[in-house]
Amino acid sequence: MRHIISVLLENEAGALSRVAGLFSARGYNIESLTVAPTEDATLSRMTIVTSGSDDIIEQINKQLNKLVDVVKVVDLSEGDHIERELMLVKVRAVGKDREEMKRMADIFRGRIIDVTDKDFTIELTGPGSKLDAFLKAIDQTAILETVRTGASGIGRGDRILKV
Amino acid sequence: MQLSGAEIVVRCLQEEGIDHIFGYPGGAVLFLYDELFKQDKVKHVLVRHEQAAVHAADAYARSTHKVGVALVTSGPGVTNAITGIATAYMDSIPMVILTGQVPTHAIGEDAFQECDTVGITRPCVKHNFLVKDVKDIALTIKKAFYIASTGRPGPVVVDIPKDITAHKTEFEYPKSITMRSYNPVVKGHAGQIKKAVKLLLEAKRPMIYAGGGVILGNASAELTQLVKLIGFPCTNTLMGLGGFPATDRHSLGMLGMHGTYEANMAMQHCDVLLAVGARFDDRVIGNPKHFFEQPRQIIHIDIDPASISKRVKVDVPVVGNVGEVLKELIRQLEAARGGPDKEALKAWWTQIEQWRGRDCLKYDRTSAIIKPQFVIEKLYQVTKGDAFITSDVGQHQMWAAQFYKFDKPRRWINSGGLGTMGVGLPYAMGVQMAHPKATVACVTGEASIQMCIQELSTCKQYRLPIKLVNLNNRYMGMVRQWQEFFHGNRYSESYMDALPDFVKLAEAYGHVGMRIDKPADVEPALKEAFARKKDLVFLDFITDQTENVFPMVPGGKGLSEMILV
Repeated sequence: MRHIISVLLENEAGALSRVAGLFSARGYNIESLTVAPTEDATLSRMTIVTSGSDDIIEQINKQLNKLVDVVKVVDLSEGDHIERELMLVKVRAVGKDREEMKRMADIFRGRIIDVTDKDFTIELTGPGSKLDAFLKAIDQTAILETVRTGASGIGRGDRILKV
Repeated sequence: MQLSGAEIVVRCLQEEGIDHIFGYPGGAVLFLYDELFKQDKVKHVLVRHEQAAVHAADAYARSTHKVGVALVTSGPGVTNAITGIATAYMDSIPMVILTGQVPTHAIGEDAFQECDTVGITRPCVKHNFLVKDVKDIALTIKKAFYIASTGRPGPVVVDIPKDITAHKTEFEYPKSITMRSYNPVVKGHAGQIKKAVKLLLEAKRPMIYAGGGVILGNASAELTQLVKLIGFPCTNTLMGLGGFPATDRHSLGMLGMHGTYEANMAMQHCDVLLAVGARFDDRVIGNPKHFFEQPRQIIHIDIDPASISKRVKVDVPVVGNVGEVLKELIRQLEAARGGPDKEALKAWWTQIEQWRGRDCLKYDRTSAIIKPQFVIEKLYQVTKGDAFITSDVGQHQMWAAQFYKFDKPRRWINSGGLGTMGVGLPYAMGVQMAHPKATVACVTGEASIQMCIQELSTCKQYRLPIKLVNLNNRYMGMVRQWQEFFHGNRYSESYMDALPDFVKLAEAYGHVGMRIDKPADVEPALKEAFARKKDLVFLDFITDQTENVFPMVPGGKGLSEMILV
């Protein structure tokens, strides 16, 4: 099953590689991993999307907690949470396709953030499935390049991950 | 007063009460060696290869409960040390390894003797640090000792660039330390312990399975007290030998792949299992599916939450320091009304004695060729069961574990997790350094000993009167055994031609060598060797080439599916 795990860790050199190394050494799967400093510059927050049986997810949580740099670990999938991912898509947009692309971006609440005479770059935010849906909905041959951040997640309401 | 980084490192070691470090100098650590030269509180032991420095420091820690310290230079110094670090990591040994690094400005430029130490050691350390400012040295070393020795212990690497050891700053060693990201549990959850007590008192066929955590947590006294209190059978893992006295009648000996028949059968057929500081690894419980064919309730006490339900689902996990948890368990058991089910326990012991009657460790005592088991039995008798025994890895290790009855913790020093051939001699050095007056023997084989044989030179330099018990069967015995059992007697590359003359080799290093090839000479030779209190004696026992270690649980088989003699 897919799980989204949030990790608060010391913002120190090498902390990311400790987590990445743990996943590769123990053969855990990483679907995506994002990390950036928090409002407290000494802490980073990481969101890991992974999958595995309940036993494996339990081990992932325990092994993450065991890392000396890790301050807190929360499996967001255990409760209500929101997740978002940012995607930038560069699409070919010439002639009548320009109008069509603009329309599709609007439907998906995307924004065109860069324009040339041949292409648009569209910014799209949402759960991963929405981004997938957008890519499916537009003309496949028009896609020039995509880049996605991987999911960031946060608990709903009172579910707060803080030191 | 301003001190150099190198002076600070040495002062930190003094503050930590470190009396011995094991190491090998090199370019990146010259300032450190210069400071070591100027003082005499921290004694440096010069090895012949960095791997041995780490092994020796590791054994120093295993035999004393102190943190072992090794010092190596950058690049090849570090890569040579890796085997030692990984060995210590697998067995959770508290160590601090100080490594030299190229100057900060040269890092990343493929400088001479540069390697990414933090990167290369990351998978085999509890934690590691690269010190980038002289002001950070004291705090980092404090953290390193704290992390290495608390919680589930482990090796910590501190990588110090050369320029940092030359820079100066004020020195103050932190008295104590707290880290928001690292707070190891100590006491076990009282509610969980209560559940454990209930299960133990209801048990009809109870079993205690104790691992290396009992030794590392200094909990042998508590474990022994518990067994005496409730009268349950107790088995020890390879790492846990000595955690419970082997000569006590409650002891079923070692369990696992080469464990005793009684221990493995009791493990398989018990209805309540109390696992203490053990991790249900593949060499211990065999095939987990087979293990689960027999229903049982499992209580698991361990300091590391990640060890719980990793390979085997447990019913009552108790996370905490093994000693603390056992104390509370004993307190609650004493307070509980009524003891264990006496009738059931009696019937269970009758069954166990029947298994014990199988005499699974028997071997041919009439053989005209020296049987390796016989040598270990004699070693046990001659040393009155009171020596520190280190071993290498292979058949001789298993025979030592089976036939030397360890009654005290920290007497059996071997590489259990990583199974590192070559540890035996450097381990004996570390133990002898820590216990200069003690009897120290290394049980080894002609293959393992050659992996760190150069340390005979170190032993000469420091006059270490170690006794090497070489069970020489001219084969990599354990490989040969598996090839015999599972690969149709095709002894692929397990026979070593052109072995050295170990007697002459020992003599070349300035030691005493003895070759023994008749069973009748075994005891006299051992007596003579151990009477030589000041000499290292290399005893080369020419043993039966085809002897195998029994019982054996073949890979993938269940605990009760042993091959017996």
